[in-house]
Amino acid sequence: MNDRPLVLNDPQAPSFQVNRSSMVDPGILELERRRVFDVCWIYVGHESEVRAPGDFRTRTVCGRPVIFCRDSKNAVRVFLNTCRHRGAMVCREPEGNAKIHTCFYHGWSYDRDGRLDGVPGEKDYPASFKKSDYGLKEAPRVETYRGFVFLNFEPEAMPLEDYLAGAKEYIDLVIDQSPSGQMEVIQGTQEYDIRANWKLLVENSFDDYHLLTTHSTWLNYLKNAGVEMKRPERGHLLPAHGVGKPLGNGHAVIDNVNFRGRPVAKWIPVYGAAAKPEIERIRAELVARLGEARAARVADTNRNLVVFPNLVLNDGSSMTVRTFQPLAPDRMRVSAWALGPKEETPTARAVRLDSFLTFYGPGGFATPDDIEALEAVQSGICATYKEVPWSVMSRGMEKPGEQLNTDELHLRAFWLQWDKLMRAEPRAPG
Amino acid sequence: MKKKAAARGATGKVTRGEVEDFLYHEAALLDAWRLDDWLGLLTSDARYFVPSNDRPEADPANTLFTIADDIDRIRGRVTRLKDKSAHAEYPPSRTRRLISNVRVVERNAKELRVESNFAIHRFRRGESIREYVGHYRHLLRVERGRLKIARREAVLDAMELGSMGVVSFIL
Repeated sequence: MNDRPLVLNDPQAPSFQVNRSSMVDPGILELERRRVFDVCWIYVGHESEVRAPGDFRTRTVCGRPVIFCRDSKNAVRVFLNTCRHRGAMVCREPEGNAKIHTCFYHGWSYDRDGRLDGVPGEKDYPASFKKSDYGLKEAPRVETYRGFVFLNFEPEAMPLEDYLAGAKEYIDLVIDQSPSGQMEVIQGTQEYDIRANWKLLVENSFDDYHLLTTHSTWLNYLKNAGVEMKRPERGHLLPAHGVGKPLGNGHAVIDNVNFRGRPVAKWIPVYGAAAKPEIERIRAELVARLGEARAARVADTNRNLVVFPNLVLNDGSSMTVRTFQPLAPDRMRVSAWALGPKEETPTARAVRLDSFLTFYGPGGFATPDDIEALEAVQSGICATYKEVPWSVMSRGMEKPGEQLNTDELHLRAFWLQWDKLMRAEPRAPG
Repeated sequence: MKKKAAARGATGKVTRGEVEDFLYHEAALLDAWRLDDWLGLLTSDARYFVPSNDRPEADPANTLFTIADDIDRIRGRVTRLKDKSAHAEYPPSRTRRLISNVRVVERNAKELRVESNFAIHRFRRGESIREYVGHYRHLLRVERGRLKIARREAVLDAMELGSMGVVSFIL
């Protein structure tokens, strides 16, 4: 299957090319499911989405239906949502609280800890049948970093914290926005499909090279609203300086000097004059708690972080948590949420949500054009990838030292990790 | 119908037929991409909402919506949509709106609360139809004898946006 090179990295030339079949070929997606998704830490949800014993959310992670929930002791658990009897999805509601999950087909029921609790007509099973053998299956590994819950279908995987590597620094910058260190997912889910390969959204999520051409209408909106934008400095394409950085294990970030406002905590005119004192108060709290330098680090830079392979934390105009599941080589489902400090006031929360919608989401002034770009790529490559097999990703390769956010070092980091995993020999069965 | 409403001088006399005509007119302007004319139907403090599919009844101050525009952002949205660089709507999609089940559910001296059902078909070159089905909640006012939209909310029935993908046009 994987007998041809999919990533051509030649540091001498230098050149870096990605084979377009990797975004078209169903065989590649099958291989990705096993060699990427089944061995990496994959984002499930945030602890704040399930708060009390019995709280649950059902979602699809790694292609599997799961129940993301709190057990009787309020620990976070991730169960496979399939009945041990015949396999029906046990829980079919999107969210709720339950003491018992009952499979409606034959009535087997499971408690909050996943134990098989009730079996109608239990006495007619053979003596060897023990309910304790038939609890809901769990993801082999579930670990949490600062509220973000991940699972791993590889029992021997390295611990989550090791896996996250340099991404931890950027998650810490997110958490520092809350006085108590607690961020929460705000209700309201944006869930939509993109008719493109999932890896194109990874690239797009932290590709600042496209900003000026793809998002000129959003930039015009900001300018018309009175947001100050400097002419780019020499050697830059964008109004503010930003760098692209690999963070290990395929994670990477763009780390930009903020010019577009931040709910924590840089006011811009779009937020409205009424919100200005509130944003300044948040800024003062940051400085008092973290000191000038760290407060400036938190509040004066925007960071778009990709946690390999499919989690994006965009920490800028607002704070978005975005994950996406491949449905087919040319289709993905995106789930996106807004994240905010737990103790945020109603005024600040409203600014955060309003700011989110200006740029982000299926009704925003920017995301629909991103989606259009990805779908244009998919339409462009799907029937031509044999004649035009290679995409170019060599920006910045000849520059020594710091790489810009409009360069492609961080994109190459993603693809190199992807290629490494795709080439890895599968473990011997058993 | 606008002159009639003026003559009566109060929302209490506005008939369902007049409300229907108004909603059909709005739909026709949007389908024709006559967006500046559509802006003319709005009050100077109008708002436009599309709630997230999983929280159709929520408040945009504490809930993530798909769209939650005040009048400034509505105007910004129209400016954007008229720009060829609004790539998601260039070339503009064709839409056809079917509005039905129009009901005036509440009225006071100044405002009418109107609900209706919509089915919007969106067509783009080389793509299968995208269908947006749901209901509108309009808050209408009579200003200088004309019905105006103070608030319009488009609530989608689908459990998630899913294959609709984006709400890049005015729903």
